[in-house]
Amino acid sequence: MVGPVSADSLGTDVAISVHGMTKSFGDVHALAGVDLAVATGTVLGLLGPNGAGKTTLVRILTTLLKPDAGSATVAGFDVVREATVLRERIGLAGQYAAVDENLTGLENLTMVGRLYGMPRHVAKARGKELLERFDLVDAAGRVMKTYSGGMRRRLDLAAALVAKPPVLFLDEPTTGLDPRSRLSLWEVIEGLVSEGTTVLLTTQYLDEADRLADTIAVIDHGKVIAEGTSDELKDRVGGERLEVRLDEGSDPAIALEALAPMSDEPPQIEDGLVKLSVRHRSGTIVEAVHRLSEAGVGVDDLALRRPTLDDVFLGLTGHVAEERADDEAQADSVAA
Amino acid sequence: MRRLVSDTLVIAERNLVRLPRAPELLIAFTVQPIMFVLLFRYVFGGAIKVPNGSYADFLIPGIVVQNIAFGGFVTAIGLNEDVHKGLIDRFRSLPMARPAVLAGRTLADIVTNFLSVIVLVVTGLIIGFSFHTSVLDAIVGVALLLLFGYAFSWVFAFVGLLTSSPESANSVAFIAVFPLTFISSAFVPVSSMPSVLRAFAKVNPFTITVDAVRHLWIGYPAAGNNIWGAAVWSVVIMAVFAPLAVARYRRMAARGG
Repeated sequence: MVGPVSADSLGTDVAISVHGMTKSFGDVHALAGVDLAVATGTVLGLLGPNGAGKTTLVRILTTLLKPDAGSATVAGFDVVREATVLRERIGLAGQYAAVDENLTGLENLTMVGRLYGMPRHVAKARGKELLERFDLVDAAGRVMKTYSGGMRRRLDLAAALVAKPPVLFLDEPTTGLDPRSRLSLWEVIEGLVSEGTTVLLTTQYLDEADRLADTIAVIDHGKVIAEGTSDELKDRVGGERLEVRLDEGSDPAIALEALAPMSDEPPQIEDGLVKLSVRHRSGTIVEAVHRLSEAGVGVDDLALRRPTLDDVFLGLTGHVAEERADDEAQADSVAA
Repeated sequence: MRRLVSDTLVIAERNLVRLPRAPELLIAFTVQPIMFVLLFRYVFGGAIKVPNGSYADFLIPGIVVQNIAFGGFVTAIGLNEDVHKGLIDRFRSLPMARPAVLAGRTLADIVTNFLSVIVLVVTGLIIGFSFHTSVLDAIVGVALLLLFGYAFSWVFAFVGLLTSSPESANSVAFIAVFPLTFISSAFVPVSSMPSVLRAFAKVNPFTITVDAVRHLWIGYPAAGNNIWGAAVWSVVIMAVFAPLAVARYRRMAARGG
């Protein structure tokens, strides 16, 4: 688990910086003015529904696409003017970057190494090293079409690491994977980060951003609509929330009145659940129990919870992250 | 330049290594042409009158030319798969020479085309075909075939990049090229065709190339300067389709695949 990192402790060394980036495909404004900065050695989670512009941004930063306007540097190189040099310093893996299904795992990695300009034996040695690291040694000699989805993603990631790039782009690296494969891929990514790799990760899974990213940029309709650590974003939609389920027969009105002094906003009741945002975490439960029992209200269940990134997404965009995914998927595939 | 050569070789090697692992392609290369030889030789052969010599001698150069033109199929399907499975993105994110993707792809075709020429000639020798010319002439014939096949690899590269799926790449290529190979001197003498078809067949690059190979392999009288004619046709086809394929590849890069 990567802990939250405040902006101050990131230092000034910037691995990825994006200014006023725009990109349109016909009438579709995939990027409508994006500004971003990622400090060296940190993970930026680019969070947003399909069609938000995440993939377009990654494709520009990995030199696959040219922006319409704006500029960006990655590892100190301009993504347009110095694209050739830059390609030696980045790795790309994820939903689109792929492997040759009719080659074995080792053949794929060796091929990629040679295309980075390594002599054959060096490329092969590097391939073997990566297969070991990614726990794919047993499958090294098998053609890729026999690999499971999780193994394939691991090899895809290994291919992105052949040249030990200081900056890594992961475009929805775990989309479509089963929970176990996701977890194992997360662990691999965390290992890379601990070695100092800068990672830009796009995802539509809030838990993935929460777990891997030092900072999160929420992107919607081609714009960054919020940026910060996971905790900062959660704070933006409100602090701790207290949820109280009353005993049957208890009068909600009395409970609301009893709890009101604890919050800056009036408490609300939803499906028999009393909800209020509170100022502090410590002492809140004790205080709530005390107030309710003094008012003579019976409590069935009582919990204090942090807002999730789902709450964040809903609060910022007015819609749920994953619900929109399906209808926007088409727009995205047209754009991509 | 050194990078272009080495990257092209890496891509060509990749395309050759994967070939035996795609059985359907291997069948397209070996079983299918052999089947064609047998069908034409034994089903139609008896009914087709050729000016001089045996039908086996007449048929093999024709079928070899048809087959080598279709050798580029692998390129159409392979490139199309690479685009749609995202492999092209991986290549483009690497610091490799960009033209190497197409150059390596078409280079691999030369190797597979050469193998298919051998398969067909051996099959031909078994069913009664024989060379009537010098070894040098026969070798020039093979070289001409490989040049012609290479030109068509670029046609197929363009088709593969243009179409939306490997299946449609397959059918577009088939519909466009298959009739061309038949309205030629490949299987029957052009003189047996109705006048409109005959006029077309006479200028068809397939006819010119087939006649050139016949001349070089079985001493068939060459009409005009067929050998140069065939070489020029190949170069012209390449000069048109290679830039088209490269431009298409570039445009896909700008569009983002």
